[in-house]
Amino acid sequence: MDDIIKVSGLSFKYDSIDVLKNISFNLKVGDYVGLVGYNGSGKSTLIKVILGLLKPYSGNIILFGKPQEKFNLWNKIGYMPQNISLLNPVFPATVEEVISLGLLSAKKFPKIITNADKKIIDGALDYLGIADLKKQLIGNLSGGQQQKIFLARALITKPELLILDEPSNALDSTSREQFYMILDELNKKNKTSIILITHDVGQIGKYASKLMYLEQSILFYGSFLDFCNSDKMSKLFGTDSQHIICHQHD
Amino acid sequence: MNFITIFQYGFIQRAIITGIFVALLCSTLGLFLVLRRLSLIGDGLAHISFGGVALGLFLGVFPIYTAIPIVIIGALIILALMDKIKIYGDAAIGVISSVGIAGGVILAGISNGFNVDLLSYLFGNILAISTGEMYLSIVLSVVVLLAISFFYYDLFSITFNEEYARVAGVRVKVINVMLVVLTAITVVLSIRVVGIMLISAFIILPSVTALQIAKGFKSAIIVSTITSVIAVILGIIVSFILNIPTGAMIVVVNFIFLLFAIGYKKIASR
Repeated sequence: MDDIIKVSGLSFKYDSIDVLKNISFNLKVGDYVGLVGYNGSGKSTLIKVILGLLKPYSGNIILFGKPQEKFNLWNKIGYMPQNISLLNPVFPATVEEVISLGLLSAKKFPKIITNADKKIIDGALDYLGIADLKKQLIGNLSGGQQQKIFLARALITKPELLILDEPSNALDSTSREQFYMILDELNKKNKTSIILITHDVGQIGKYASKLMYLEQSILFYGSFLDFCNSDKMSKLFGTDSQHIICHQHD
Repeated sequence: MNFITIFQYGFIQRAIITGIFVALLCSTLGLFLVLRRLSLIGDGLAHISFGGVALGLFLGVFPIYTAIPIVIIGALIILALMDKIKIYGDAAIGVISSVGIAGGVILAGISNGFNVDLLSYLFGNILAISTGEMYLSIVLSVVVLLAISFFYYDLFSITFNEEYARVAGVRVKVINVMLVVLTAITVVLSIRVVGIMLISAFIILPSVTALQIAKGFKSAIIVSTITSVIAVILGIIVSFILNIPTGAMIVVVNFIFLLFAIGYKKIASR
């Protein structure tokens, strides 16, 4: 099985307003897709529909060879939602407790966090260089530190597919570069497939193997090189802007 | 009066045992409810239980037996209003609780007005708890506490972030139904301890106290349960000595603990 995600003829409406129209694409093992588009273009909605958080109006989604509505292998997917800013600042959870939630998808009833699990959590914290935050309350951390905690939670089951919704928003430039390097390593070494929603087309172009440009429907889906040579994208961004974006990649 | 002799009274022993179990229940469930901004569901379900108790008294049946199914049905309707009809949680609670109160008032009216029994459920009377009620409270409390411990990580996950919980394979709808059913049972069990009017304080106060000083989620549950149990024991003893209503005294002790916790937090953060 080469296709991790197979989407065909997917549409979604909020009330009667079209948000996604006739979306079709495949994501293969090891693909690293930068999902870009303007605010309100449907990027987060597409991810939520793929994950079953929203019901599609029409179309089919196959995840790891199974129809989305029957899919239950959640430990294969690591997800980092966008709404980290909505985190309740007084929620009394330690970093260790938050990351432990990532392990639930691999557990059967009754779900228990064992000593072996705690070692896995320690390993994830070490890998991301945040071991000293283990006993801190999540609400006391900076936005950037919280982003790393949620990345650790998404990575903890060593998922085959990582879906990250604007993960680098709260990071400073050094941390952002480090963050992209970690994803790059996961993609290249472990063949982890990645979908990353971002506004930073230039930055993601350095790492992603494919770009998907969404504006209700898919306007472009292909390699970064093809993106740079696309007349359609030249018209959309303007030749100069496209040149600047593509130049960052050199 | 010798302090130790207080504990030799059978009704005090029953009150303390029942109170401890109900305190454990309310404080544990309360933390999940408060953090999910559903604090007032306890209040709403207590109002529905007024209708259930009135129905029991009207039919001549032990009121807890009528209150439990009616409160569970009310809780499920609140959940359905929020989930299916997309009514805000507080509005859904308001709608169903007012119907519960209205039903109780109508039944009380048909049976020629409020009687003493109905008022004892409104304000609670932990010192009048029978041995049968005590055993019922223990059994149901153990069932609810076991359910919470078996589904602890699912409940924690949904409380932290419902969207993420779904992608982690948690059956969110099932767990949500379980949470409101457990809350419904807890509310009905608490009626005799603190009364319909004060149940929400039993659910909210220990959790809010814990949130001031807890160092983690498990730590919050531990702080919440310890303060709640101590408040029940102190409340029963003080109310017996001073001859004042027990349910209200327990709430006052809980409130004093909250003030201490806020003071401690202020000092610790300096």
